[in-house]
Amino acid sequence: MRDTVTGWGFVGPGTVIILGLSIFPALWALWLSLEKWDGFSQATFVGAGNYQKLITDEDFWAAVRNTGLYTVLFVPASVLLGLFLAVALNRKIRFIGVYRTAIFVPFVASAAATGILATYLFSPQYGLINNVLRRLGVPAQGWLEDPHQAMVVIAIMSLWGQAAFTTVIYLAGLQDVPGDLLEAARVDGANRWQSFWRIVWPHLSPITVFVTIWQTIGAIQLFDLVYTTTRGGPLDATKTIVYFLYEKAFHSLQFGYGSAAAYALFVITLGITVVVVVYARRRGMEAF
Amino acid sequence: MSADPVAENMPAVIADRPATAVAAPTRRRRRRRPSLWHLFLAPTALIFVIPLVQMMLASFSPAKDLVTFPPPFIPSRLTVSGYIGLFTGTGIVRWLINSTIVAGTAIISNIVLCSLAGYGFARLHFRGRNFGFLGIVATIMIPTQLLMIPTYILFSKLGLLNGLGAAIVPWLATTFGIFLMRQFFLSLPAELEEAGMIDGANRWQIFLRIVLPLAKPALATLAIFTLLGAWNDLVWPLIAINNDAAFTVQLGIANFQGSRRTEWSLLMAANAVATAPLIIFFLIAQRQFIATMTFTGLKA
Repeated sequence: MRDTVTGWGFVGPGTVIILGLSIFPALWALWLSLEKWDGFSQATFVGAGNYQKLITDEDFWAAVRNTGLYTVLFVPASVLLGLFLAVALNRKIRFIGVYRTAIFVPFVASAAATGILATYLFSPQYGLINNVLRRLGVPAQGWLEDPHQAMVVIAIMSLWGQAAFTTVIYLAGLQDVPGDLLEAARVDGANRWQSFWRIVWPHLSPITVFVTIWQTIGAIQLFDLVYTTTRGGPLDATKTIVYFLYEKAFHSLQFGYGSAAAYALFVITLGITVVVVVYARRRGMEAF
Repeated sequence: MSADPVAENMPAVIADRPATAVAAPTRRRRRRRPSLWHLFLAPTALIFVIPLVQMMLASFSPAKDLVTFPPPFIPSRLTVSGYIGLFTGTGIVRWLINSTIVAGTAIISNIVLCSLAGYGFARLHFRGRNFGFLGIVATIMIPTQLLMIPTYILFSKLGLLNGLGAAIVPWLATTFGIFLMRQFFLSLPAELEEAGMIDGANRWQIFLRIVLPLAKPALATLAIFTLLGAWNDLVWPLIAINNDAAFTVQLGIANFQGSRRTEWSLLMAANAVATAPLIIFFLIAQRQFIATMTFTGLKA
């Protein structure tokens, strides 16, 4: 009995706050998603109505496509960039500390700061990027003002801010690669390229699976950078699932419909995680 | 994402790995050609810092520089007019204070609540422990977007909306923090605490006098995680706070984009002011930041 009191004395406050602000609202959101409610008037129970409306909503599918485009642009690039930077930074040469600091420091920049910076750097008239391109003889691009390029710019800025994350994870993984194995391979006449693909890369596969899942989940939830750059434009080209949800819930006050979109997002996230894990298991990577 | 061997071996990883990951280059200089990697690393490093350099330079540029064509990378002259406009014409001071209150409260609360809960889940045996921990694990799967609407309604009923409380409450305790502290306490040798028991100390005394003083590295990691999250959070304050006086600095500068779209020197000054505290912290405590990122990556 005393143990129980002591135990809950330790874990109680933290556990109550976390569960109270996640499990409870998550269940409430499920209930909300079955209702039609604007927050003020009487809620009406509509059952699966919101979900039926969602799967026939052209705007929702456009948001899914936009989110998918960003995910495809961002995730592979972020994983490969992280791997490449980690390999490059994992050596003892001069200035390596300077290089690491330079590549990692953008990680602390917020979405708001990154968004403002992106708007300036990629400004069609005054931006540094177009200015450099002009010197190289490339015509000025519309970037964030061009529906075909806006998502690319957002992906580039995400990469800039988050390269540190995948790099650090891969760096930690590289430390774990057994040195004697590499030494043995070298003795056997393997060149660096061969030892990388035959020894290092398989060793890193659990990490690759993990960062792929992690970055995919993050990509599907893209909102902040869209809000601070394009606000969903131009021509709704950067309106993501979370942006759609935000507008439905907090501009049009469709709490039920917004909750249904949130659950759709949850299911998509879960589905992708399962697919990646199953795929990795099939390929014999023991990640999870 | 269930418990896996990586997670079980975590403590060694937090304690040792980040340090080696950022180990300073050895000074032992052998005579040989400079590495070819410089040809890749130097330009890459430059590309990563240029946006921040541009931000600083632009914040000190006269307004006309930033709308000339083509714009000069180096300002024609240095001026603080952007900063003057920012500090006199906007609520930035209020917002900086608000963000400091939010992040400060979040850090203190996380350190207290997560180290308590982490210790409880790691070391104590009591009824409902596994159930409680399972609940915490389950929250990893829930995307925050799912929680926005009900939390908004809940906070509106509690009268928390449009005040600083709205920004603070969701950050009082984090799943990350409980995981981190639990893993850390699992890594400590139990003999230390047994010695305390023999001396007749109770659990609380052991926790405060023996265990907590050893937890400083983990607490630093937790503080950095909370600082980054609470200081940079945008979407939740955006939804929950609709009142200028209670804006966080991120929300304040994000809203400039609508109202002051063309005042680039002011925008860049705001950006610099909002980002500089974290950049300075990062330069001072790079190791701990990297440890934080590594743990974020390995926790799942």
